[in-house]
Amino acid sequence: MLPRPIREHGFAAIGLTLLAIGSYMGLVVAPPEKYMGDVGRILYIHVPTAWNALLVLTFAFFFAIASLVSRKPRHDDLLHGAIEVGILLSAMLLIQGSIWARPTWGVFWTWDPRLTTSAIMLVTFIGVLGLRSSVDDPARRASWTAIATIISWTNIPIVYFSIKWWRTLHQDFSTPQTVASTMVTPLRINAFALLFLSLWLILRRAQLSARQRTRAGMNTAVPAASTLTAGDP
Amino acid sequence: MTRLFSQSVNVLRKDLLMDWRSRGRALSVLAFAVTTLLLFSFASGADDPNPGAMVGAWLWLALLFASTLALGESFRVETEDGGLEQLRLLPVDPRALFFGKALGNALLLLVLGALILPLCLALFRAEVAGSWPTLALTLALGTAGLAGPGTVYAAMTAQARGKDVMLPLLLFPLVIPVLVAAVKATTLCVGRDPMDQLPSWLSLLAIFDLVYWSLCPLLFGRVLEE
Repeated sequence: MLPRPIREHGFAAIGLTLLAIGSYMGLVVAPPEKYMGDVGRILYIHVPTAWNALLVLTFAFFFAIASLVSRKPRHDDLLHGAIEVGILLSAMLLIQGSIWARPTWGVFWTWDPRLTTSAIMLVTFIGVLGLRSSVDDPARRASWTAIATIISWTNIPIVYFSIKWWRTLHQDFSTPQTVASTMVTPLRINAFALLFLSLWLILRRAQLSARQRTRAGMNTAVPAASTLTAGDP
Repeated sequence: MTRLFSQSVNVLRKDLLMDWRSRGRALSVLAFAVTTLLLFSFASGADDPNPGAMVGAWLWLALLFASTLALGESFRVETEDGGLEQLRLLPVDPRALFFGKALGNALLLLVLGALILPLCLALFRAEVAGSWPTLALTLALGTAGLAGPGTVYAAMTAQARGKDVMLPLLLFPLVIPVLVAAVKATTLCVGRDPMDQLPSWLSLLAIFDLVYWSLCPLLFGRVLEE
């Protein structure tokens, strides 16, 4: 078995290779989109980003439950990593979306349910990260981050439906619902590429938190009582 | 079940008694809400041809801003003089603590909403064309939606650093569905509802309340623990 950092960097190697292949196929091999032309090629990174943003925040939700139940610092480290990567992907999603919206819809921003939900998702999880940084006690920080993550994740579908209903009173934009088969392969490859890169970043972030914790533990003497913390009855 | 109910009622009674004994705090929240309403009328302008169209939006924004004060206060008094330690030591189900606290906050916001609604209608020259009971139901569901998750977050932020920033930062994005649905439902109550959209907005509010009033009590114990 390889040591953990090398195994983790393996995710980056696979991710970057897949991203190179997927992007080559998307930018060179695949035909230009019929109506949007070459502008439509941003699809090959935009759609995988959207999938992975939701997926990574769902990982965060499961890490949150695990951290709340087990109280293990490792789960909190992974949760922290997943929230940060989720925020990164949501921010990328919004930026790519604006870049794409300008030439196709003529505006940088519209109140489309998906756009609005992504923006709300981004600010919600920035709030969770803010809460995390304002708590000093590690055990309390872990459980509060987990609670806020569970609440925020549960809210995503409700936000989506509320914005969808709110929008239907106005005219709705048409978005490409179907994707031609020649375009599916690069889309799938890039989706896995971003997934591997996200996993790599989450694991690296968790590793960093673990190291920071050991360092903090070495500098400040741990009170004897904290090693005897009883579990939840 | 009956135990949980009676414990919740007792916590609620404690909170209401506390609110009553420090009426000044509740009054300042009311004064704050009235001030924001006045500010909204300045923002919308004196010669707005149809000021009544925005009445739902202004009412709920005033309530939302006031709710951060009310929620923050409800836990600030607990953190003073070790009140929170004593809450932890109470031999009650943590869910009862949540229900008591959250119901207290919801009631406070409901009363606040009932007080500023007439003022809102008068300031923006609006009249209720729809039914008053439906408007009351909207107010109750909407304030419950603000108070449910708000109670959990206020309990956290009262004990965190930078509490004044953290509560709105956490609460505002979360309650966007409540805000959207409550504003729409209020506007439809005050104006006309030709397409019969009111039931869907009210059910959205009810779903939000149901989700958060069942999720938050389960998590509340872990918020309070030392």
